[in-house]
Amino acid sequence: MHISTNPWVWIAAILTLAIYSFLYKDNPFYKFAEHLFMGLSIGYGAVVLWYNSIIPRLWNPLAHGTSPSRFYLLIPIAIGLLSFGIFSKKYSWLIKYPLAFSVGAYAGFSIPVTFEASIFEQISGTILTKQMMATPWLAISNLIMFVGVITTITYFYFSKHHKGLLGKSARTGIVFLMLAFGASFGYTVMARISLLIGRMQFLLHDWLGIIK
Amino acid sequence: MGFWDRFLKIDRRWVFLVVWIAVVIPLLKPLGLPTHITPPVKKLYDYIDRMEGEDKAVFLSFDFDPSTMPELLPMGVAIIRHCFAKKIPIIVYGGLYPQFVGMAKMAIDMAKTDFPDIVYGKDYVFLGYVPGLSLVILSIGESIQGTFGNDYFGNRLDTLPLTMHVDNYEKIGIVVDLSGSSIPASWVAYAYQRYGCRIGCGTTAVSAAQYYPYLQTGQFVGMLGGLKGAAEYEELLERNGIPTGRRTATIGMDAQSVVHLLIILLIILGNIGYFYVRRRERRA
Repeated sequence: MHISTNPWVWIAAILTLAIYSFLYKDNPFYKFAEHLFMGLSIGYGAVVLWYNSIIPRLWNPLAHGTSPSRFYLLIPIAIGLLSFGIFSKKYSWLIKYPLAFSVGAYAGFSIPVTFEASIFEQISGTILTKQMMATPWLAISNLIMFVGVITTITYFYFSKHHKGLLGKSARTGIVFLMLAFGASFGYTVMARISLLIGRMQFLLHDWLGIIK
Repeated sequence: MGFWDRFLKIDRRWVFLVVWIAVVIPLLKPLGLPTHITPPVKKLYDYIDRMEGEDKAVFLSFDFDPSTMPELLPMGVAIIRHCFAKKIPIIVYGGLYPQFVGMAKMAIDMAKTDFPDIVYGKDYVFLGYVPGLSLVILSIGESIQGTFGNDYFGNRLDTLPLTMHVDNYEKIGIVVDLSGSSIPASWVAYAYQRYGCRIGCGTTAVSAAQYYPYLQTGQFVGMLGGLKGAAEYEELLERNGIPTGRRTATIGMDAQSVVHLLIILLIILGNIGYFYVRRRERRA
């Protein structure tokens, strides 16, 4: 057993215990740790943003740069500053301009590639080709996937009563949905327990030195 | 009140206590359960391994914060160790959000302890945060130097041998994104679909199910899912004689297996109790 002498490890360990004390019941130690985490997280983000972005990308070029094109930086600064209009009732409408710019730009460059990546590629991945039937196991696997996709989609088709063939397909789709939810649940358990394991490893290894 | 009535109304804090015990005991007394390698992890490992001696770099993006650190940090450390051992140039990127940079720094510090001959600037470069989210991914396709300007330490990228040579996706063999959010899908959309750069993914277990379709379509070369994926990668390093350091993911997998069995048992007991009590009430 080698208890850590590093004060930062002690602080982290005490805060970990304070957070886990919520499992017993809400208490001031938990509240303190929660608020501290929120403040630190935002503060850390702001400092990184300041020193990695504002200073090298805006301040330094404008204050110390020599290129005439540096003054182009004033345009995004001006558009960004309009966001602060939200703090005034009279000028709150100004925020529409940076918002419109952001929404327009992001929609413009993201819609085509998102369609390509998440719709076209995924649809082509479900089309049964000779290659996908190369071996018996692959064929069975891809057939199950194909049936799963079609029946699940029919479950979400609400413009017609789920009767007859559509009803049977939709009910089969529910089975696939349940299987997917089960897989997701299993993975979720694994994820949450992993977080607990991570913290326990920290407490038992880094802090108390009980485990190697 | 019978056993099942008491069982169904048990204070949840007892469940927390039992789960805690199920985690702590395997950590104190490891069971040494074997780690089986799954195809998605093997594919990613093999892809990176084949890059040895090639003219291309691995681009490792840390898109996670401390909330998912236990699952994703071991993946990052293992991939960096793999690259260091095989002398595959690696660009470590501190992620699309400011909170992620610390994770990347921590992973580099943990990984480089066993590789004293690794040279910064030649074998690896650490890129810090720049704003822009998805635009950063697109912009890397044009120029890494133009996008970042400097590395995390303030060195100009046009002075470092690695980034002088690797300036966009053409010289990047694979982007591996470590994230528990939707960010890997953004790498697929902007780096793979737009520039044809191959993508690998390390994700939290909770997100793994949503990324399997990307694996099936080939949009992901391979995938590490949760603590299990990280443990598998550590195992592959071990089998190939690469120093792994403290295998945090592998150590955690014993506890993971025990808790899963416990949860399965609790679900079965809960269901038996529920149906038993319901049947009794209907009869009454």
